[in-house]
Amino acid sequence: MSNYFLRRLVSIVALAFGISVLVFLIIRLIPGDPAITLLGTNAGDASLVARLHQQLGLDQPVQVQYLRWIGNFLRGDFGYSYGDQRSVSSLLAANFPATIQLTLAGLALSVVFGSLLGVLAAVRRNRAADTVTMGIALTCMSIPSFWLGLLLILLFAVKFPIFNVVGGTSLKGLVLPAVTLALSSIGFNARFVRSSVVSAQQQKYVITARAKGISGWQVFRKHVLRNALLPILTIVGLQVGQLISGVVIVETVFSRPGIGRLLVQSILSKDYLTVQAVVLIIAVAYAVINLVVDLLYPVLDPRVANR
Amino acid sequence: MQPELRPVDAALPIDIRPAATGPAYPTRRRRILRAFRHRSLAAGTVICVVLVALILAAPLLTSQDPNNQDPLAAFASPSATHLMGADSFGRDLFSRVLYGGRTTMLASLFVVLLGGVVGTLLGLIAGYWRGAVGFIIMRFADLLLAFPGILLALAVAAVLGSGLSNGVIAVAAILVPVYIRLVEGATVEVLHLPYVDAAVTLGASPFHIIRRHIVPNVASGIIVLTTSWLGIAALWIAALGFIGLGVQPPTPEWGEILNDGQNYITVAWWITVFPGIFLALFVVGVNLLGDGLRDELDPTLSRS
Repeated sequence: MSNYFLRRLVSIVALAFGISVLVFLIIRLIPGDPAITLLGTNAGDASLVARLHQQLGLDQPVQVQYLRWIGNFLRGDFGYSYGDQRSVSSLLAANFPATIQLTLAGLALSVVFGSLLGVLAAVRRNRAADTVTMGIALTCMSIPSFWLGLLLILLFAVKFPIFNVVGGTSLKGLVLPAVTLALSSIGFNARFVRSSVVSAQQQKYVITARAKGISGWQVFRKHVLRNALLPILTIVGLQVGQLISGVVIVETVFSRPGIGRLLVQSILSKDYLTVQAVVLIIAVAYAVINLVVDLLYPVLDPRVANR
Repeated sequence: MQPELRPVDAALPIDIRPAATGPAYPTRRRRILRAFRHRSLAAGTVICVVLVALILAAPLLTSQDPNNQDPLAAFASPSATHLMGADSFGRDLFSRVLYGGRTTMLASLFVVLLGGVVGTLLGLIAGYWRGAVGFIIMRFADLLLAFPGILLALAVAAVLGSGLSNGVIAVAAILVPVYIRLVEGATVEVLHLPYVDAAVTLGASPFHIIRRHIVPNVASGIIVLTTSWLGIAALWIAALGFIGLGVQPPTPEWGEILNDGQNYITVAWWITVFPGIFLALFVVGVNLLGDGLRDELDPTLSRS
């Protein structure tokens, strides 16, 4: 167990290193010179450009730039945004809470409604309710989230103004973005839970329990559900990545402040340091979440621990 | 070869023809016919065929140029002349949606082709020549998978610049590691089988082994993956167009039209509603098709 933990930890550090190098290189490949962008109309003056290059450290060889950046990064110094001269850490601090709030709301919706739909379909397997539920799940997965967001804005902000939609991080303003974010994951989870429950129902211990005369509901609750819902945990880890992708689009559609919009804007304005910090943090967080999920799994499922 | 038959008196009521035996296993045609009894496969095929037909027949269905501006028709609501209304430039939306479908569908097809071919080749190489090469390819795939898809697509789009072909490359980058993982896993599994050992012993070249023994075994997995990713690719292409990093105006594309419609959502709902319906329908169709194909081709993945 501890050996396994150590191995995973090492692999995550290696992965984080790989990610940081890749991000750094990709950003350097983006055409355009941030110093010229920053100087605007004064960019014609070569001496000014050279001086700014020196101050930003852009005159150094790439590997020196990388080491400097990663060294400062590990000490918690993310540098300053090229865009509005604020420190990247203050930009992150200003934008992270809204994104975390949105992601958690989306995750909660997708797990709860996905599980409900999936269990319903599995219990009524091969009957009308199953077909309908799985049809709904497939539709959920197929609807483009940005289009759904626009439709919700059209319905609830333009036609029947119930929710204030654009901007703001109030709880009421969270409803539509969270629904938009969660929809495709709801569909995905419903399908996953259905197949998980169905395969648990076919296990021999379920037949044994029924044979012993335990009531159908008891068997379902204690033997089927407990075993079927565990794998959702692994899915949740993977889903965080999907939700982060969704966040970028949902924040754009609803003009919500957050990491996703910050990222799109800083990519468009060639704000190297902000992009590097955001991407590295998100990718590492994603890897860590999946590690935590993998470590939690044996705690919750003794069968895995004994293997 | 005709079996030798018992010589019998033709007047006797004995059937001298050999019992009609069908082929030992279902013919391809029969398999296809049987597959269509699968509801989602049939429904998906119908939806996709209808949409593709509509889009191919665009010049017959509308005489309007998708880029023809008519200031007098700006924001015209849906009517007999403009079936789906018109946008801010007075361009006919029905025509833009049909021609836009060509862009979106073709682009998503290229995405799965590009990502599929690159990912499959890398996966085959990594699976067959394990060791250093395989290790590097697989760690590369891990690295790409560590990025949430959008980061990868945005990064590639930022490096290459916006535009349709760059959008295709950006989305294909999300797909490559998925194919690498699938194909590598399947290849390693097949490599353990006795007939591959036999082929190696007989001195078959790696190319021959990959082509004759490995590819046929991973093919169904690739087909299933490709179909299920075609819909996701369409969503990504449209999403990039919507953010403004994909297809550039005035080229019609479903995501690009939606991006335009977003600005006028309070005055012209039709610009937002119609292209989205088409996009969602296309993705539903492709997903149904993917589900059906998975059940037919890959019983182990079937959702019982």
